[in-house]
Amino acid sequence: MLKDITLGQYFPGDTVVHRLDPRTKLILTILYIVLLFIAKSYVSYGLVFLFLVICIALSRIRLKAILSGLKPLVVLILITAILNLFYTRGERLLVSFWRIRIYWEGVRTAAVMALRIMMLITGTLLLTYTTSPLQLTDGMEKLMNPLKKLHVPVHELSMMMSIALRFIPTLIEETDKIMNAQKARGAEFDTGNLIQKAKAMLPLLVPLFISAFRRADELATAMESRCYHGGEGRTKMKVLKMAGRDWIALGCGAALLVLTILLRRLGL
Amino acid sequence: MNIIQTEKLVFSYDPESEGEPILKSLDIGIASGSFVAVLGHNGSGKSTFAKHLNGILLPTGGKVWIDGMDSADEEKLLDIRRTVGMVFQNPDNQIVANVVEDDVAFGPENMGVPSEEIRRRVDEALKDVGMYEYRTHAPHLLSGGQKQRVAIAGIVAMRPRCIVLDEPTAMLDPAGRREVLDTVHRLNRELGITVVLITHHMDECIGADRLIVMSDGEIIADGTPKEVFPRVELMRHNGLDVPATVGLLYALKKRGCDVPLDALTVEECAEALYQYFKGDRKA
Repeated sequence: MLKDITLGQYFPGDTVVHRLDPRTKLILTILYIVLLFIAKSYVSYGLVFLFLVICIALSRIRLKAILSGLKPLVVLILITAILNLFYTRGERLLVSFWRIRIYWEGVRTAAVMALRIMMLITGTLLLTYTTSPLQLTDGMEKLMNPLKKLHVPVHELSMMMSIALRFIPTLIEETDKIMNAQKARGAEFDTGNLIQKAKAMLPLLVPLFISAFRRADELATAMESRCYHGGEGRTKMKVLKMAGRDWIALGCGAALLVLTILLRRLGL
Repeated sequence: MNIIQTEKLVFSYDPESEGEPILKSLDIGIASGSFVAVLGHNGSGKSTFAKHLNGILLPTGGKVWIDGMDSADEEKLLDIRRTVGMVFQNPDNQIVANVVEDDVAFGPENMGVPSEEIRRRVDEALKDVGMYEYRTHAPHLLSGGQKQRVAIAGIVAMRPRCIVLDEPTAMLDPAGRREVLDTVHRLNRELGITVVLITHHMDECIGADRLIVMSDGEIIADGTPKEVFPRVELMRHNGLDVPATVGLLYALKKRGCDVPLDALTVEECAEALYQYFKGDRKA
């Protein structure tokens, strides 16, 4: 049951989007989020949407994968849309019923908000779908490198992140094992109300935590005996290199940003 | 020259307390290029001894010399860990990355080896342990024996002169155990890497050049397996068993058969019995 959980899932591939440097993809994703919030008019939204569609097409990620990624957030999107629908006041009244008043502006805002959230998620999904976790942490470490001057523990953060990712499957396996062991002794995880279910988790979590601490201790010893002594003087086997395609992609992103800002200035 | 030399090594987790230390004045020298097995039951101090060999633990008394370097010398710590690599019991808890080749690269990366050189070392190390085809796999999808071989490759890529393995087969099935032992023997034979194998399986000691038996923090026997295992009473007195072959020959000898006790492998044992019964029939 726990094996089905997919976290930060990555679909391996060999498309242009896959081969882009993770730093490029990270920057473009941030840029894309900024664009979504700058865009005001239909034209600029259309432009950003077009950008997203082109990226998805280039990455050959199937629409099904994106839809399944959006699924868990449907409730959030609906709530946002409904709240906007009822709480936005405007001039063109559409429905008036008891205390509820729905304005044309409300419908518009609700639609825009829903669309914005969906596009936001789709864009970030595209990043994790086309970038392996290790590349992603590597890219983040490189991007945040200047922060080292401000004594931000950049290397440590990215090391923690990649170890966490490495141990997710191990700990899931372990949870499964403990669950079965407790079930064999008569524990029930699926029955009762919410509070009973939460209580049933306790005999699962305690051994899991103890074992996680033991693992952490052993891992630290193993890392030390492999000469680990922090980020200082460390080299990499796979060095990130910006290629021509990265600069082209970043150029496109920058052009799009300028265009959107211009459109906003022009009031379009 | 001995790559590892301990000098009256004493260790206890709490030196203030009155209790007996875990290691009691060990003097062990390990020759470069040899294959040494350290045998002992749980709590004999064999793992504690192993942890002294690359500075994970520091002696509370006495000295440990690694290739002429004092293990208590903080400045030499990285050099010591570069000289003596360590493989632990649980492969899951020593693999750092989520791709096999990235994990093997971890050690050389820490040592600051240039990128192209790391690539070369990783490929070589993976070939040395026979895991090259799996270089892009995720470690958690491999079998226990394969994971442990990846862990060994991670150490080999650091090009140590000595590898200490602390019960590397304890969590493996028989097939995995065979894989790991074969790999370790090959590394010793072909690359000349000194191997110290800590174990509580007497069968794993048979192929070693030298066997050190520990009990309660002391050495109770030291010699080639052929010298040590025939001392059946000593072994059994200290809660250890001997290989089934030696056990059989010992039982026969007690019943008055004149058989040698140093036939360790099944083939040697069969030959010894054959010779004995052939002679018996003639007489």
